[in-house]
Amino acid sequence: MTEITLYHFLVISSLLFSLGLYAMITRRNSILILMGVELMLNAANINFVAFSHFGNFGASGHLSALVIIVLAAAEAAIALAIVLNIYRTFNTVNADEADKLKE
Amino acid sequence: MTYYSLVFWLFALITVGSAFIVVMSKNLIYSVFSLLLTFFGVAGLYVLLSADFIAIVQLIVYVGGILIVLIFGVMLTGSVLTEGLKTNVTNMLLGSVATGALAGLLILLFTNNNLYPNTQVLTPVPLKDISRLFIVDYLVLFELLGVLLLAALIGAASIGRKEKV
Repeated sequence: MTEITLYHFLVISSLLFSLGLYAMITRRNSILILMGVELMLNAANINFVAFSHFGNFGASGHLSALVIIVLAAAEAAIALAIVLNIYRTFNTVNADEADKLKE
Repeated sequence: MTYYSLVFWLFALITVGSAFIVVMSKNLIYSVFSLLLTFFGVAGLYVLLSADFIAIVQLIVYVGGILIVLIFGVMLTGSVLTEGLKTNVTNMLLGSVATGALAGLLILLFTNNNLYPNTQVLTPVPLKDISRLFIVDYLVLFELLGVLLLAALIGAASIGRKEKV
C-alpha cells in the first residue's frame, strides 16, 4: 500500500462532490437536494483542509473551512424554513411541483 | 502498510459508501442517517489532516445542528403514513452521465497534475494560529459572520412561523 498523499484526499472529495451533484440533479424532494448541497460543501471543505495540510499554508485553509461551516449552518436553517413554508402552501416538497410564486 | 493509511482507507470507505447510500436510497430516513455516517467520516478525514479543531466543529455543527434540522424537516414534511417516506427520482440518465463525467474530469485533473507538493508535512496547525487569524487579520469577516448568522436565524424563525405577520 502506498503512502497517503494529497491526491487521495482530492479523489475522495471529487467523489463526494459528484455524489452531491447527482443528488441535486436526480432527486425531486427538496430536503434531499439540500443534503446534496451539504455533501458538496463538505467536499469543498476537505479540499481546503487538505491543501492547507500538504501545502504547509498555515491556518488560512482552516479559516476558510470554518467560514464554510458557518455559512452551511445558516443556509440549512433558511432552506428548511422555506421548505416548511412550501409544504404548508402547496402540500408537497417536490421541487418541480412547487412552481408558482403565489398561492 | 502503516496505521495512517489503514485508518485513511477506513474513513474514505465510510465517507464515500455512506454518501452513495444517501444519494441512492429510496427511503428518506435511510438517507438522513447515512448522512450522519458521512459527516463522521469527513470528521475523521479532518483528524487525519491534523485539523482537530475543524473536526470537532464539524461534529458539533453538522451532526449536532444541521442533521437535526434536516431530520426535523423530514419529519414535518413527509406524510409518513401515506407514502412511507419514499422519494422518487427524475433525470436519471442525464444525471448519471453528467456526474460521471464530472467525477472523471475532476479526478483526472487532480491526479494528472504535478504542481502540488507531494511530501507530507507533519506540523499540525495550533489552535492559537486560527484564533489569531480570526480576531486579528480577518476581524471584519468574523464580525460579518456573526451578523449573518443572527440575520439568518431571525429570518428563518420569521419565515417558518405559522401565523401571517
